[in-house]
Amino acid sequence: MSESKTPQEKHYETIVNELTPNSRHLRGCVRAFWVGGLICVIGQALTMLAQTLELGELTAPMFTSCALIFLGTTLTGIGVYDRIGKYAGAGSVVPITGFANSVAAPAIEFRREGMVLGLGAKLFQIAGPVLTYGISSSIIVGVIYWAVKEWLL
Amino acid sequence: MRAGKQTFCYERPPRIAAHASIVGPKESKGPLAAYFDEASQDDLFGQKTWELGESEMLRRCAGRAMREGGLTQEEAQAFFSGDLNNQIIATGFAARALGLPFVGLYGACSTFVEGLVLASALISGGYLGNALCAASSHFCTAERQFRFPLEMGTQRPPSAHWTATAAGCALLRAGEGPGLYVTAGTLGRIIDYKIKDANHMGAAMAPAVQSTITAHFDDTGTTAEDFDLIATGDLGWIGRDILLELFRESGRPMPPEKLVDCGASLFYQEQDAHAGGSGCGCVASVTCGWLMKRMEQGELKRILVTGSGAMLSPTSTMQAETIPGIAYAVRLEVK
Amino acid sequence: MEVFWDFVKAFVVGGLICVIGQVLIQTTKLTNARILVLFVTAGVVLTGLGLYKPLVDFAGAGATVPLTGFGYSLAMGAIEAVNSYGILGALAGGVTRTAAGIASAVFFGLLNALIFKPRAKP
Repeated sequence: MSESKTPQEKHYETIVNELTPNSRHLRGCVRAFWVGGLICVIGQALTMLAQTLELGELTAPMFTSCALIFLGTTLTGIGVYDRIGKYAGAGSVVPITGFANSVAAPAIEFRREGMVLGLGAKLFQIAGPVLTYGISSSIIVGVIYWAVKEWLL
Repeated sequence: MRAGKQTFCYERPPRIAAHASIVGPKESKGPLAAYFDEASQDDLFGQKTWELGESEMLRRCAGRAMREGGLTQEEAQAFFSGDLNNQIIATGFAARALGLPFVGLYGACSTFVEGLVLASALISGGYLGNALCAASSHFCTAERQFRFPLEMGTQRPPSAHWTATAAGCALLRAGEGPGLYVTAGTLGRIIDYKIKDANHMGAAMAPAVQSTITAHFDDTGTTAEDFDLIATGDLGWIGRDILLELFRESGRPMPPEKLVDCGASLFYQEQDAHAGGSGCGCVASVTCGWLMKRMEQGELKRILVTGSGAMLSPTSTMQAETIPGIAYAVRLEVK
Repeated sequence: MEVFWDFVKAFVVGGLICVIGQVLIQTTKLTNARILVLFVTAGVVLTGLGLYKPLVDFAGAGATVPLTGFGYSLAMGAIEAVNSYGILGALAGGVTRTAAGIASAVFFGLLNALIFKPRAKP
């Protein structure tokens, strides 16, 4: 279908935009801010706990992210995380707990379609693209870093 | 008899001999709760998956309409139905359980009215003596198919609809006598004003609804004044406003007090259903529950019910295609 | 007292990163999946440009807990592995550094799916 809109369709678009109420931006941002901030504070507390447990520089962040991921998946399983998400929007999507939610939610939902192509495959429904682009871009960054180091320095 | 470009005026109009409606827990807390025949507090309807639950709800609803109309399985001549699942599986399973001659339909949320238009034509033409027209939708089956898993923490925009967990079924019979009749039906054309936002179904469907209602008026020489009520399927609060604006601009304004939207009537605003209810079961249950009962009580004599559908799929949404809208209309009269 | 300020910094910076996501959701209609992909990739790119590490040093968990921090770990892993192993490190480093996070998400996700049933929304 052609992408260009006729004058009638453009006019219709303006009617729709005028009559559609916007999300309440300020309220959404305040909620995202305090919930997102709070999850980071929990992360900070976990990091400090890791320090008192004398975990190393590399294992301490691992401890923090694993604990938060455990929290995110468990809250998803007991049906709490979707309510937090409805309230906080990006405040619960952007932290690592949101990543955990995006792994656990489709896994729970599609278990009835079987263990392999249901649970197993759908577990990566959203985590898949995140890993695909995250890992690929880190490889590109690594290669560029290598090239700069070899040839420019 | 064909009238105008898109309308059938039924020469032997079928009578609505019985009707039934079943809704889920959230719908049973809405403003129309008292009008529904059955409200389940179990989203699964005793089944092991959402899809089977929806199917069971539809089967129960059709069974109830048959019981109330005194129709046995041997006598029933056709079952017209559809739902939102891929390949209308909820309907297919229900038809398997019912064991009736089956016509599977897909018109998205307009399916129920599409079924009424077709079944009435076949009864009027003498090809059928009776027919069951039904449709169902389920929040959980629609959500996982069209949007995100239920457990995912997502926010919906204000224009998003809430798919109703509901089913409605009407039993049509050839015959005379006082009662509720389907006297005319209008087919719709697909109208697409290039809306792409799957979270704004009201905007995608409103032009199709305007087109079908206008066609019905033109074909039958009527206006909004000839009806006690004009009901739309599931445009929602926002879509209803858009439709009123479209009518106003066309120079044939629709009196706002005559225009009722089933989706906007199904929930209270504070029930967090955003733009209102949607889904095949929305117009089906509200028509079979609320509207038909009000007609039988004598509150309404003649109404026009339109069902509208957004003909999108998860694939077309991912391919960023625009959303084709469709609407069908039937005229219901007390005689 | 210093500990208190560490918490304040984590709260404010982490909260603000989430607000950026919220503004994107409300103005561009991006879905969750796209937001997550965008934030991870942005974290990788910002780290590659040397812009994200100062934020991590300043805000601690406020910068590492949001998904941009996952991107930071991926990119830092790749860069440090290049230092140790040459160009092959670019392939191995990112996943090595984030392996615990990825593995725990997969494993806990699986466990949850085995234990819990999907629920309808009220």
